[in-house]
Amino acid sequence: MSEVPSELKYTKSHEWLRVEDDGLITIGITDHAQELLGDLVFVELPEAGTEFVTGDECCVVESVKAASDVYMPISGEIVEVNEALADEPEIINTSPYDSGWLFKVKPSADELADLMDADAYQTEIEE
Amino acid sequence: MSNKTVLFDKHVEYKGKIVDFAGWQMPVNYGSQIDEHHQVRKDAGMFDVSHMVIVDLKLDSESGDIKGFLQYLLANDVAKLTESGKALYSCMLNEQGGVIDDLIVYYMSENWYRVVVNAGTREKDLAWINQHAAKFDVIVREREDLAMIAVQGPNARDKAFEVLPVDVVEAATPLKRFFGADCGDWFIGRTGYTGEDGFEIMLPDSEAAALWDKLAGVGVKPCGLGARDTLRLEAGMNLYGSDMTEDTSPLVSGLGWTIAWQPEDRDFIGRSVIENEKAGGVKQKIVGLVLEERGVLRGHQKVIVEHEGARLEGEITSGTFSPSLQKSIALARVPVEIGETCAVEIRGKLLKARVVKPVFVRDGQPV
Repeated sequence: MSEVPSELKYTKSHEWLRVEDDGLITIGITDHAQELLGDLVFVELPEAGTEFVTGDECCVVESVKAASDVYMPISGEIVEVNEALADEPEIINTSPYDSGWLFKVKPSADELADLMDADAYQTEIEE
Repeated sequence: MSNKTVLFDKHVEYKGKIVDFAGWQMPVNYGSQIDEHHQVRKDAGMFDVSHMVIVDLKLDSESGDIKGFLQYLLANDVAKLTESGKALYSCMLNEQGGVIDDLIVYYMSENWYRVVVNAGTREKDLAWINQHAAKFDVIVREREDLAMIAVQGPNARDKAFEVLPVDVVEAATPLKRFFGADCGDWFIGRTGYTGEDGFEIMLPDSEAAALWDKLAGVGVKPCGLGARDTLRLEAGMNLYGSDMTEDTSPLVSGLGWTIAWQPEDRDFIGRSVIENEKAGGVKQKIVGLVLEERGVLRGHQKVIVEHEGARLEGEITSGTFSPSLQKSIALARVPVEIGETCAVEIRGKLLKARVVKPVFVRDGQPV
């Protein structure tokens, strides 16, 4: 059974979002996504400073099995990426919602209302 | 279409993650594909390979000729098999010299050869074998009553001996690599698809679940198809459908070594076409690639070869992340002019790869 923390927002493409105290938004892939992918071995992160709009392919996570795109869940600028993933991509498997975060975004619009809450995401992955 | 092997309930019980593979519901892993990979390289793991197709060839009459049939059907020559139990790896070619399938054939006696072919090619293989068997008076019998468990790893044989029936242990103990022996309804081959020592055990469906539990009880861990793929790729073993197909000859698939050209008068299906290909000069070959930068090599990525100022292209046929080497590796079909390095195009970027012999790990050691 995949973990779906109640305080996060979610997308259909299995990204999660957390609004931090400073207004930045931390983004990663869900427990369900890492289970589907299996052992992660490589992450191609975006560069800090890059701006994306919702739905852009902004990052690639690769497991032994396959490569999978990560889609930008909101519009904004990348302000920080999780450098630790370069050497230890498997952190995403062991800690998808905490040390396995991918990048932080400074949002350029208020789009959080368009995203799913934990209940809706839970329903989504059970279907 | 969704078939289940007789071990399906065991896969669920052992928490296998089930995926569709060639129409079969098979476990891709039981938690971590990488852990399962290391388990086989360092200790012992087991794979359910009951979806593979076991075919017995027997004589229809005294005029029948299984040896002659296989000498016509296969690109390798079963005349090399003179000792009972000896196995041979071969391609089965079509008239155009393309590979219908790769297989293992065990010579048991003049009256009995056992062939193991891939699950994904079952229908066309059986149709092809049957089509040609008739004129040699050979009976083709698919053994759907048998399951198959591959036990692989440096400790695989010792652990298997702890739980196999006494008479099977007796039959299996003297086996040299690439030999098999039958024992009642059981058959045990010292063969595999991982680059490690071990056995492939064929046994009646009704006894498979009990053996699975007993092997697990002595520390032979269940491993899924995911680990099977990284293990075989590290070992430089081809995968049918990826590294060779009906549209590629064995000569451009790293399988030239499996073609028996002698004796020159042996007529096998596809011979004249691949003989012409060889005489005209083979243009491509399979090499191993080791990615020197971060990333993961995958099937169908483009390989770029610089040769005397010209830009030549090849393609990755199988690629993955190698858990043993902690680097990405691949098999690639490339122009024969390739040097010691090349570039691979991954998502629009060119990454540098080293060209090596197509074998990366054997018996637990990097090659």
